[in-house]
Amino acid sequence: MTPRDTSVLPSVLQKRSAELLDAWIAEQTRSDGYRPDLIADAELRDQSRELLASASAAVSAGGLESPTHPSWQATRQLLNSIAESRATAGFAPAATATFVLSLKQPIFEALRKDVQNPERLADELWHATTLIDRLALQTMESTLEARERVIARQHEDMLELSTPVVKLWDGILALPMIGTLDSARTQVVMESLLQRIVETGAEVAIIDITGVPTVDTLVAQHLIKTVTAARLMGADCIISGIRPQIAATIVHLGVDLSEVATKSTLADAFRLALARTGHSLGRAPARERR
Amino acid sequence: MERIPILKMGEFLLVTIQVDMHDRLAMQLQDDLTDRIAATGARGVLIDISALEMVDSFIGRMIANIAAMARILDAQTVVTGMQPAVAITLVELGLTLTGVRTALNVERGMTLLRSLLDEAAGVAHDAIADSEDADVGAGE
Amino acid sequence: MSVLANDLLPVRTANDIVVVRQHVRALAIELGFSLVDQTKMVTAASELARNTLAHGGGGTARIEVVAANARRGLRMTFEDRGKGISDLELAMRDGYSTGGGLGLGLSGTRRLMNEFELQSKPGEGTRVSATRWK
Repeated sequence: MTPRDTSVLPSVLQKRSAELLDAWIAEQTRSDGYRPDLIADAELRDQSRELLASASAAVSAGGLESPTHPSWQATRQLLNSIAESRATAGFAPAATATFVLSLKQPIFEALRKDVQNPERLADELWHATTLIDRLALQTMESTLEARERVIARQHEDMLELSTPVVKLWDGILALPMIGTLDSARTQVVMESLLQRIVETGAEVAIIDITGVPTVDTLVAQHLIKTVTAARLMGADCIISGIRPQIAATIVHLGVDLSEVATKSTLADAFRLALARTGHSLGRAPARERR
Repeated sequence: MERIPILKMGEFLLVTIQVDMHDRLAMQLQDDLTDRIAATGARGVLIDISALEMVDSFIGRMIANIAAMARILDAQTVVTGMQPAVAITLVELGLTLTGVRTALNVERGMTLLRSLLDEAAGVAHDAIADSEDADVGAGE
Repeated sequence: MSVLANDLLPVRTANDIVVVRQHVRALAIELGFSLVDQTKMVTAASELARNTLAHGGGGTARIEVVAANARRGLRMTFEDRGKGISDLELAMRDGYSTGGGLGLGLSGTRRLMNEFELQSKPGEGTRVSATRWK
């Protein structure tokens, strides 16, 4: 087997860079992953040229020795950013991998021209194929990670939208929670409530759980922690809309709500909040009401 | 040595903590504040921590100590501006800072201090009135 | 699990505690932790560093970036050659403190992190290691 350090791959990549690029672009255009609607041809050409140059430089600097050779640093970063931009553009992970894999055919062609000895050629083809496989695998990993990040971001956006913090009156905020609460969601929502309290200078925050069918220990604990945190910051919390079943669950779980103000309806909580903030409600005399 | 400045605002003292305090600085603040309360006869202390990005048990202890010592010197303490991340962490740590009053910001803190002092004055006023009534009653 | 970065800091003076805090904060920001997570880690580091100084007679803090299962995390390890903790269970209990402080013990600090390991031998020293994953 031809040892890696005497491989002609580095010089082939350098010498034939222009024709390799053209051949690679042609391959890509023919493949399933070709999406001119997601990435313009000019941009695709730039991306390919950059990657080819980077891989070529790494290989010339001794990169063939091992995948963890320091010369691969720049190429790795380049692959990460390509994966990220393609994931955001909407490319399927397989398409991005195909982008890298389609470089094989052009390189094989180039090697066939430069290496006459059949045994030597077989070795060089092997070096080339392991190199490209490694690059493709890395691109796949980066793409999957990038997609996960996009999904996580979308999930967070959805969470924020589904639990708005509303201003009921001067100094009074309400957080109507709807649907089943899981620990992660409750945490995110609670953090944003505390942030809104600071931003609006609210004195009282009403957490209404009328729309929550069940509460487990973790969620109950998060609620209590939020109330305690708000109090530490200088604001009061009232939990309203506790259904009888949830009240039973809370008692059954042994969660201590004695330090927290609770009201069974949002209306009662609002009345209490008004009182706490120094407001009073009055009724206009009969003849003024229409 | 650097010290955290203490401002006098009427009958209140205002402290704004803006640096990542090392232990000695915190102890120095504790001493300086108690000295100033005694020297000025201040009735209220406002500690603004809106710029503090972390409160650990040492700083928590310092705050609780200041409140306790101030109370002995007849002054009320209000801590203002705790950041949400700090509050969440303190709750997780189990640091409750009982005996320390808090407010969202300096303005609210001042209002709270004033109402606390009014309350205390009202109680004293009632006590004096009660004792006067008693004297009147005894004279018959 | 692999270690991606590794820093060893001294914990010999009160100022070292501040340095450790700032180091953890900077790394946490770089790793992209949320503000709440950053604050939890910095506070944990402060508590553990202070313990090392106050009870362990001084020691070291090793701050590492670790990776496992495609997740990255920050691990802090505090080591000292002090008198050690004779009753580990007692030390971990809520409300316990030998320093006459607010009586938090190490249990509060443990709640701030995802993983927590305490090793101690009376007369030999103590090692506390805590990790938070992103």
